[in-house]
Amino acid sequence: MKITPELYKDMTEQSAPSSKSYVNIPLAFLIGGGICLLGEVLLNLFEYFGMEAETAGSWTSVILVFLSALFTGLGWYEKIAKHAGAGTLVPITGFANGVTSSAIEACTEGWILGVGSKIFTIAGPVILYGTAASVIYGIFLQIFKCFS
Amino acid sequence: MLEYLWAFLVGGAICAVGQILIDYTKLTPARILTGFVVTGVLLSALGLYKPLIDFAGGGATVPLTGFGHLLAEGIRKAVDEKGWLGIFSGGLTASSAGITAAMLFGLAASAIFKPKDK
Repeated sequence: MKITPELYKDMTEQSAPSSKSYVNIPLAFLIGGGICLLGEVLLNLFEYFGMEAETAGSWTSVILVFLSALFTGLGWYEKIAKHAGAGTLVPITGFANGVTSSAIEACTEGWILGVGSKIFTIAGPVILYGTAASVIYGIFLQIFKCFS
Repeated sequence: MLEYLWAFLVGGAICAVGQILIDYTKLTPARILTGFVVTGVLLSALGLYKPLIDFAGGGATVPLTGFGHLLAEGIRKAVDEKGWLGIFSGGLTASSAGITAAMLFGLAASAIFKPKDK
């Protein structure tokens, strides 16, 4: 059997795991929405126990980050992420997963230059550019304040 | 009950945008995360993100755009109270709980769990 480029393309598409957008996008929606729903449940639970909205929000982040770190360590987060794609990447649990998995991967390289530096592989750019963007906003606010 | 539905729908929609970016662009996950945070700062600065949170709750605060909103909101409050110094202190103060939790639990996980063979 002669393998033409077209045939080869068909073969690789058949053997590769399905990564079609019409499957990926609804899955990301469902699982990402589910994580946000869990966040909303936690928020309301903390507010029910008398916390202010801001405090409840912080505790919700801490709990979600904890769960994500635990699931990442147990290897469960990767299994969900394989199907969920951006559904597990975009929520704060995806940020925590990035931090935790780079820390675990680096633990054979030592505590200082291994875990200590590589824990920021994902967190570093997110925190750096998020902070930089908010500083630019702060400068605008302060300048407007001076003139008003 | 409706608030849970909106949290699910809005949160899901924000994640679907991320999936569209993964499928149709060459952006890596790290770039998408960074982009979502910066977008959150921008939307919050334009006054568009707070209404979304009032409407969707966790659907808007749990995605990383909500993290960006937290940074911008922190800056806004700090500039109001402390002026120029607030530009330096506001962002990380507001987002400190999430960042510290990620570092602490990440460190703990690396001490407890071993890397898996791939």
